[in-house]
Amino acid sequence: MATPTMDKLAALEADNGSHLITVTFRIRRFNPEISEEATWEDFQLEIDPKERVLDGLHKIKWEMDGSLTFRRSCAHGICGSDAMRINGKNRLACKTLIKDINPSKPITIEAIKGLTVQKDLVVDMEPFFQAYRDVMPFLITKGNEPTRERLQSPEDRERFDDTTKCILCAACTSSCPVFWNDGQYFGPAAIVNAHRFIFDSRDEAGEQRLEILNDKDGVWRCRTTFNCTDACPRGIEVTKAIQEVKRALITRRF
Amino acid sequence: MKIHKYDTVIVGAGGAGMRAAIESTKRSRTAVLTKLYPTRSHTGAAQGGMAAALANVEEDNWEWHTFDTIKGGDYLVDQDAAEILAKEAIDAVLDLEKMGLPFGRTPAGEIDQRRFGGHSRNHGEAPVRRACYSGDRTGHMILQTLYQNCIKEGVEFFNEFYVLDQLIVEEDGVKKSAGVVAYELATGEIHVFQAKSVIYASGGTGKFFKVTSNAHTLTGDGQAACYRRGLPLEDMEFFQFHPTGIWRMGILLTEGARGEGGILRNKDGERFMEKYAPVMKDLASRDVVSRSIYTEIREGRGCGPEGDHVYLDLTHLPPEQLDAKLPDITEFARTYLGIEPYTDPIPIQPTAHYAMGGIPTNVEGEVLSDNTTVVPGLYAAGEVACVSVHGANRLGTNSLLDINVFGKRAGIAAAEYAHTADYVELPENPAAQVQAQVENLLSATGTERVSVIRKELQETMDANVMVFRTEQTIKTAVEKIAELRERYKNVSVQDKGKRFNTDLLEAIELGNLLDLAEVMAVSALARKESRGGHYREDYPNRDDVNFMRHTMAYREVADGGKDSIRLDYKPVVQTRYQPMERKY
Ligand SMILES: Cc1cc2nc3c(=O)[nH]c(=O)nc-3n(C[C@H](O)[C@H](O)[C@H](O)COP(=O)(O)OP(=O)(O)OC[C@H]3O[C@@H](n4cnc5c(N)ncnc54)[C@H](O)[C@@H]3O)c2cc1C
Ligand code: SF4
Ligand code: FES
Repeated sequence: MATPTMDKLAALEADNGSHLITVTFRIRRFNPEISEEATWEDFQLEIDPKERVLDGLHKIKWEMDGSLTFRRSCAHGICGSDAMRINGKNRLACKTLIKDINPSKPITIEAIKGLTVQKDLVVDMEPFFQAYRDVMPFLITKGNEPTRERLQSPEDRERFDDTTKCILCAACTSSCPVFWNDGQYFGPAAIVNAHRFIFDSRDEAGEQRLEILNDKDGVWRCRTTFNCTDACPRGIEVTKAIQEVKRALITRRF
Repeated sequence: MKIHKYDTVIVGAGGAGMRAAIESTKRSRTAVLTKLYPTRSHTGAAQGGMAAALANVEEDNWEWHTFDTIKGGDYLVDQDAAEILAKEAIDAVLDLEKMGLPFGRTPAGEIDQRRFGGHSRNHGEAPVRRACYSGDRTGHMILQTLYQNCIKEGVEFFNEFYVLDQLIVEEDGVKKSAGVVAYELATGEIHVFQAKSVIYASGGTGKFFKVTSNAHTLTGDGQAACYRRGLPLEDMEFFQFHPTGIWRMGILLTEGARGEGGILRNKDGERFMEKYAPVMKDLASRDVVSRSIYTEIREGRGCGPEGDHVYLDLTHLPPEQLDAKLPDITEFARTYLGIEPYTDPIPIQPTAHYAMGGIPTNVEGEVLSDNTTVVPGLYAAGEVACVSVHGANRLGTNSLLDINVFGKRAGIAAAEYAHTADYVELPENPAAQVQAQVENLLSATGTERVSVIRKELQETMDANVMVFRTEQTIKTAVEKIAELRERYKNVSVQDKGKRFNTDLLEAIELGNLLDLAEVMAVSALARKESRGGHYREDYPNRDDVNFMRHTMAYREVADGGKDSIRLDYKPVVQTRYQPMERKY
């Protein structure tokens, strides 16, 4: 039964967690209570390379510098609290293992871009959620409510499955160069969430949502750089969703 | 300090809080205070499903569901409440569908259903398909759908506001709720919210265990706020240990995995659940499965060099089925363990999962100040509350149900009460306690660290009050917790600022965990029987003569300021089901 992955399992189980390595976390610090300038600060820590970047941040906060500030909750990629720029790429700290990001060099960690930094890795999420609210992210139907559930075929359900996975972490929007240059742009996450309803067979406000996205700050601003798709920790094909919305705007079919 | 006035204030924006908010915002001026952005709440982590006897795929009815819930809870369930839960389940699911929840569908386009532990056809004959689901992301979909509908209804949120104190005023010998005190994370400012009704929906308290499926933020703040103000906590000794957490990490792998056909195996590859639960096998109730796993481990049949885990085997299931029905949990195995569930079994161990106990309420969500007296204007729903529909052990899929049914009920009841009631006058210096707490922690110079005390707490809880308990282990925990509570007085924080001071809040959260851990351990020590999630090796049987009753724990403060716990008991409501021995 010694398939390559069975060996992996055996190796995993044999590991008693004693292979600590020393890594440097190079963190962009900012606290306007202390200084208007942001600075880089290095922390050296001993950590098991199979641990998460979030575990490393906790080690720093809990053992070295309690003032290091970041958001987190679930610690397994579900709540969307801890999107940050790690080695120049947007990721969730709780879904990024140390071993996967070349720990032999200093690991740089900074707040996501395009949203105002409030302290260390914490940004103001309000503009992000405002763009989300602007696309009317809720089911809109007409006529009488049925007594039982609305019917939807498995195929129709599948049509928008990908975009239901969004956890509103902002990794996509804050990796988008158009958004960096102009915060008025709705950004990929809002479009993803509009897509989720436009392509839901039960929804009857697709036209309205398309009009919102047809706006000058809407979907046409997208320049298809694929940064968003690369950044999405849920593996959503963000660029594809945006393309589908553009196509629906042209054909008015969805 | 700022003072706000609302008809209804809801503490928490998880499933229970937002379900309540949708109702109460329609009926009264409502504010939702939440320490996390609503979509960060841990309801989003729920995976497997939400129970309702829709009978879409096979024969089922709410009466069977009621029975399973009562039996699953080892007869400590209040049967009137369980009946409401099972009956209203059907509308709760249909409500969510109409709000837009993208449930999995049958070929005919109806809501699909899957098997889950403890849910059976005709009082235990065979597993039944009762769990409505959306892949293994049911909680995510519920949280998103409720948030979307809160936006639609224009619910007013105060995000990153931590409620730290419950204001209770005695008028003519009756304890009444006057409002809450909250700390704003962004600014460090303290806010008093005066409200006619307050609903606690602040979730669980699992972070006093080390290996847990719970988020870092599940620290029992709501339970602690009420308890410190003299309100009781019910059945705190009952905590659920879910059989399948990722080994060492505790991240949950849904019971839906076994519902889809996954099998638990020991180091010999044996399907050991056949020995312990011949009918329901891997789908017996969670307490039974968790104990079976630890029995295997203790008897030397655990896996790996240290023999400290068993396997969840999905390798016989077609990859397409795993991709369609269990995409997230298979990804967790890949991301966090680096193994491929198509071909490898997944190392698992029981993980601390769910608090059956909490703030006692009646079926309208009204909080009780003793066995029968209601606190006017005070409500609780969701994991923070104890109705009690889960008794000594919650069935899988019954919590997502609970938050919807009792969240809705509490939202309606609180808003309606606000229409008839006047504001209760705020006590003098309403924010005094929170101000003192914050100032003390910020100015403290003690040498104890939050992270050290928290770690020691989690270690003693895992070692002493987890799946197996004895008088001796519980006493060890009680003593250790007392020591840690003493040391906590010497804790200091490094961040002295006002802005986003999470260092300070972690210290406050630890104080809550310590108080609640003590209540749990003291309640467990006094329950000299085994029932559901509470298993005493020194009293391995259920004792209906002495312990068919709910524990009610009160905080008492002596003249010198020293506090202690007084235990009392409350009868279980039994309607039609006589206690029987529990077999799966
Ligand atoms: C991994 C996992 C999987 C699960 N799977 C299932 C399942 O498949 N089926 C099922 O039925 N159940 C499941 N459960 C259980 C179920 O998900 C939870 O019991 C339920 O979601 C709890 O909801 P809640 O609204 O009570 O609390 P939560 O969703 O935890 O929300 C708590 C809210 O309170 C707020 N809050 C907390 N403290 C404060 C404070 N001091 N001030 C202000 N706000 C505060 C938080 O911000 C948050 O918004 C699962 C649980 C876990 C952990
Ligand atoms: S689309 Fe992906 S990256 Fe963007 S907010 Fe949603 S989950 Fe995050
Ligand atoms: S902490 Fe929840 S997504 Fe990372």
